Amino acid sequence: MSAGASTTTGRAFEKARAQGRAALVGYLPAGFPDVDGGIAALRAMVDAGCDVIEVGLPYSDPVMDGPTIQDAAQRALEGGVRTADVLRTVEAVAATGTPTLVMTYWNPVERYGVERFAQDLYDAGGAGLITPDLTPDFAPEWIAAADARGLDKVFLVAPSSTDERIAMTTAACRGFVYATAVMGVTGARTTTSDLAGPLVARTRATTTLPVGVGLGVSNGVQAAEVASYADGVIVGSAFVRVLLDNADDRAAGLAAISALTADLAQGVAGGVRA
Amino acid sequence: MSAYDADEFGWFGGPGAFGGRFMPEALIAALDELDAAWQKAMVDPTFVHQFEQLLQNYAGVPSMLYDAHRLSEHAGARILLKREDLNHTGAHKIRNVLGQALLTKRMGKTRVIAETGAGQHGVASATAAAYLGLDCTVYMGEVDTERQALNVARMQLLGAEVIPVRSGSRTLKDAINEALRDWVATVDHTAYLFGTAAGPHPFPSLVLSFVRGIGDEARRQCLDQTGRLPDAIAACVGGGSNAIGLFAGFLDDPEVAIYGFEPGGDGVETGRHAATIFAGSIGVLHGARTYVLQDEDGQTIESHSISAGLDYPGVGPQHAHLSAAGRASYRPVTDAQAMDAMALLARTEGIIPAIESAHAVAGALDVAKERPGETILVNLSGRGDKDMDTALAYFGLGKAGPADPPAGEGVEG
Repeated sequence: MSAGASTTTGRAFEKARAQGRAALVGYLPAGFPDVDGGIAALRAMVDAGCDVIEVGLPYSDPVMDGPTIQDAAQRALEGGVRTADVLRTVEAVAATGTPTLVMTYWNPVERYGVERFAQDLYDAGGAGLITPDLTPDFAPEWIAAADARGLDKVFLVAPSSTDERIAMTTAACRGFVYATAVMGVTGARTTTSDLAGPLVARTRATTTLPVGVGLGVSNGVQAAEVASYADGVIVGSAFVRVLLDNADDRAAGLAAISALTADLAQGVAGGVRA
Repeated sequence: MSAYDADEFGWFGGPGAFGGRFMPEALIAALDELDAAWQKAMVDPTFVHQFEQLLQNYAGVPSMLYDAHRLSEHAGARILLKREDLNHTGAHKIRNVLGQALLTKRMGKTRVIAETGAGQHGVASATAAAYLGLDCTVYMGEVDTERQALNVARMQLLGAEVIPVRSGSRTLKDAINEALRDWVATVDHTAYLFGTAAGPHPFPSLVLSFVRGIGDEARRQCLDQTGRLPDAIAACVGGGSNAIGLFAGFLDDPEVAIYGFEPGGDGVETGRHAATIFAGSIGVLHGARTYVLQDEDGQTIESHSISAGLDYPGVGPQHAHLSAAGRASYRPVTDAQAMDAMALLARTEGIIPAIESAHAVAGALDVAKERPGETILVNLSGRGDKDMDTALAYFGLGKAGPADPPAGEGVEG
């Protein structure tokens, strides 16, 4: 069976594929500018065309994040965001029917309790976890907890991954596979990476799961370029940037989020060409 | 191979216990490459010989084991000091960086990056890079660059680029985050010289292999000089590299008691401390499962210590294992106790220790009360020149005039 067919996330990718386009995956950290403001922004992303949502769990030591996401996560933490707020955000966004995953560094999950986190995420309607600092070979507890509930397990593959590790990783994934397109941290870039295409091809050779490409996409033109070879285009920093740039005017921030989403959605549908 | 060593996945104390490798996939290939190169180097007589020669002819190793008579009189026990403060650059850290930099050359990489708190590891890294002709970038929390401007200048004089880190709490942990971010992007030509026996596998074991000379030498020297093993050994523990280096020489001598002294800051009860094992809880930080200072949600709590070199909210996973297994005891030593010990050692022996190392001396004085007349071997991991600003402010020194004993107690003798 196609593992991708078994979850709501997989179905969102399949729907996009059936429409002849890539899926648009949008990320924001929970709690920024505050919990309700973050929920409003994520809902705007859903309304304007995101197929899958990633809710970031702000963490004090985010080694994979570039300055933009670090800045927002730090502000969320300073605002007092808690793990429970992340789950509340998931619940509010998942209620739209759009698959909603949590992207989190590992320690907050371990601290919350792996079983308890999995259950509370499931109860909130969350689709699963994306784990940037947890690889399948060090994830037996999470894999067991996710398998018991049918939650998505999205692990990352990188340009530096060996074919053997890509196979090991995709075998452990459910929902989709997250391909990090460049060697580096998150953050909008002016051009997308030429490392991404070959990585997607190597990943596809091991799995029927959809492959999403992340790190660096900030506009429709780049989204279209990535969509030409990937099943999903993952956008994070660009959304965060929009909120940071409109910190003093929430209505303007939401409008800008909607506009960016629409541009990216057009891009993944092939409607924007460089 | 000791029963206290890590398995091939980096677990101390069995799968899932302590250590491991909680890292982005983007860095796994680099860690595997490093692991393979290190394993190969350690069984290559040429590499081992090169490393030993460098230690002897450049770093001034083996450091002496010094019988501290006047301090011993004061303590009521025989105190032996392993004089790592006499090494080139003034601390045990030169051993680690020479090992890692030599390995970098062997791997054909041209650039090293390092994180630093107080600046000692940064200075040591810049030194090794200068000596071996490698480019060097050091990440240092902005707060620390201000606290330790002299060390910033040292690194710059040695040809390193020092990048102030402005994210998070702008201290050591954030410098590690930033160095990891650099490494993800530059791993094809860059090696990360990790400053302590912590982080993802293989770093805890790799760093141990380069610093374990401290304990191996001390054990031999103690046997030569006293005819027997010490009753107890002591070291300060921040990340824990000097301590693990000392402890490794004695782990399989069950009759030797092992003490690690953690930075107790203003006192563990105040919450302003860095006593990770004594007062922290098990979590994952910087790639390893270990004891961590964290809140209910697993967010890292900022640590506090008068000693910047111990001011770290995590600890090497092997220490976590040694504590859990009951092989070593970890106790807090407050800022005030450490500063008293610094003054005491200066006045009794004419040795100004690093404040880090003063924690070990202070702890050993307490152990001496429980073990009167016994022999306690203390790792004097570094010298105190770098800490004179702190001492000046703490003791109110620097104005010439009639001699007053420094504030605090315990300086008679």
